[in-house]
Amino acid sequence: MQGNQAMAEGAFYAGARFYAGYPITPSSEIAEECSRKMPQMGGVFMQMEDEIASMAAIIGASLAGAKSFTATSGPGFSLMQENLGLAVMGEVPCVVINVQRSGPSTGLATKPAQSDVMQLRWGRHGDQMVIALSPASVSECFSLTVTAFNFAEKFRVPVILAPDEVIGHLRENVRIPAPGELEVIDRKKPSGPPEKYKPFAADADGVAPLAAYGSDYIFHVSSSMHGPDGYSNNNPANAAWRVDQLHRKIERHREEIVLTKTFDTEDADILLIAFGATTRASRAAALELRKQGIRAGVLQLITLWPFADQEVAALGQRARTVIVTEMNYSGQVAGEVRKVLGAAADIRQVNKYNGQIITPQDILEVIR
Amino acid sequence: MWCPGCGIGVMLGALLRSFEELGYDCRDTVVVTGIGCTGKSDDYLVTHALHTTHGRALAYATGIKAFNPKLKVVVIMGDGDSVTIGGNHFLHAARRNMDLTAIIINNFNYGMTGGQFSGTTPSGAITQTSFYGNPERGIDICALAEVAGANYVARGTPYHVWELKTNIQEALSKKGFSVVEIYSPCPTHFGKNNQMKETRQMLHWLKEKGLPVKDYNRLEPSQKEGCFAVGKLVDRDEPDFNTRYEAVRARAMAPKGLRNGDTQ
Ligand SMILES: Cc1ncc(C[n+]2csc(CCOP(=O)(O)OP(=O)(O)O)c2C)c(N)n1
Ligand code: SF4
Repeated sequence: MQGNQAMAEGAFYAGARFYAGYPITPSSEIAEECSRKMPQMGGVFMQMEDEIASMAAIIGASLAGAKSFTATSGPGFSLMQENLGLAVMGEVPCVVINVQRSGPSTGLATKPAQSDVMQLRWGRHGDQMVIALSPASVSECFSLTVTAFNFAEKFRVPVILAPDEVIGHLRENVRIPAPGELEVIDRKKPSGPPEKYKPFAADADGVAPLAAYGSDYIFHVSSSMHGPDGYSNNNPANAAWRVDQLHRKIERHREEIVLTKTFDTEDADILLIAFGATTRASRAAALELRKQGIRAGVLQLITLWPFADQEVAALGQRARTVIVTEMNYSGQVAGEVRKVLGAAADIRQVNKYNGQIITPQDILEVIR
Repeated sequence: MWCPGCGIGVMLGALLRSFEELGYDCRDTVVVTGIGCTGKSDDYLVTHALHTTHGRALAYATGIKAFNPKLKVVVIMGDGDSVTIGGNHFLHAARRNMDLTAIIINNFNYGMTGGQFSGTTPSGAITQTSFYGNPERGIDICALAEVAGANYVARGTPYHVWELKTNIQEALSKKGFSVVEIYSPCPTHFGKNNQMKETRQMLHWLKEKGLPVKDYNRLEPSQKEGCFAVGKLVDRDEPDFNTRYEAVRARAMAPKGLRNGDTQ
């Protein structure tokens, strides 16, 4: 199965029944899969007029009670940003898949890149926090899509799943878990008298229950600053409370959200930090180094945002050298690693930004 | 929230009376708004509501309606929202024939941001960004809705309140994409710059130049200059998106070999 197909299957497994999107390489297989399967499952597939509309439609459908998602790549992801911000502000669960490709602009339209790491985090105007995940294999494409929906539903947030083109188009065997094997989380629904329902009044876990349009719990969602009842409220204290709340509900669940994998890191003198396709080259390089008697290990960042600062600190501080491998020019993840470990640490970068993947050889070269 | 003499409140009054007379239930009514003076309407409502981003209200509404066809979805927008920044969504909501009711306040300028010209501002009009006269031409929202495939199209004004309410009720009751455009005074900006500083001057203009469709159609082309038709302009019953999508689902769920597109 292909990575893109596995993400579509993961979405169906998680209960997604609404997809809206606009075709773009290298993500189109996800739309094609949805156009075939959604109507069979009683769900909805819509090909919208652009990515702005796609993002808007999945938010609308989510508020009508759907688990909804869209998939795109670079140029389309740029177009989605404003409405993605509404999903943050309105606390609307949904999943956005950005199969990263090379840029800037139309760039190398069919080639891989990992140069949207900062756009995932900071692509929209205004203060906000997002969750972004990045799979490194076809089976992770499946399982992390389920995780993305679970996070979206549990924390009432948009979740971005950001593989790169290599992973989106990779073919590997995947075992699709039986229903019930993986946990599938549904959003908290309100209870109690409908007239008391406030769509932005958070429970003790920092998350407010979400009703669906059409239920007895009538509610307003707004892109403008609003109070707990969803109606406009420009009071500075209210605005500060809202922005705090949007950040804190993610921060307080950090342990659950920040996912990493480690390979031979217990005694590693050389720590390779990678995500997505570069994880695979990094593992091959680390195995090669071990053969040569050099203690190397790999830290795979599954959750890109919030950043795995504690995990990087714990492993990075005991390693002699840290090497960050990523398919972008400036070292978008390396910069975050440097923030955590400090300027004095021996941090090296392996960057490639010509549309070609990073090979184990590329990594071994910076160690010599 | 709105300036004295603004037409938005008249529209909202007619809409709310229509809801009441048609027996709408707040629980299955969703009002989707854009951004602008017009877009603020949802703050006065006790139905379900979604206050969206500038120009995108129809795309949000499309998602709501496509997922839950039982909901009654009404979209309130300005002329900036509907046919300028959001023109593409307008074309496609009409083309898909989404079962939505679009209520559009056309005040011929961007009220909220201080009176700049929009896609409906007439050629030559003075606005905050067309100080020497608008070099561009304004688009006819109703004509656009018609060619793009809306099932129902009407034009009203706050001067013709009763007719407006009738048209809004017809639009709400119509399955498929329906549009009610309301020529509306913005005395604060558009009126001030175009010799209609007082609201009554704008209402006078709407009264003088707005003719019932039948009367308007009888005019010679040369007499039509400066006048506009008020009332129902388009009324047809093409199947809406959800009806067509149901047929797609039926084909998708049919046993293999009976589906459209299967080659054998
Ligand atoms: C993407 C974006 N661009 C610009 C704006 C600024 N803006 C807010 S309202 C508005 C115009 C509103 O005009 P219209 O839709 O005609 O509504 P009105 O205020 O006249 O009722 C503009 C340009 C915005 N909010 N978002
Ligand atoms: S600026 Fe114009 S459109 Fe806005 S409230 Fe005032 S009169 Fe109405």
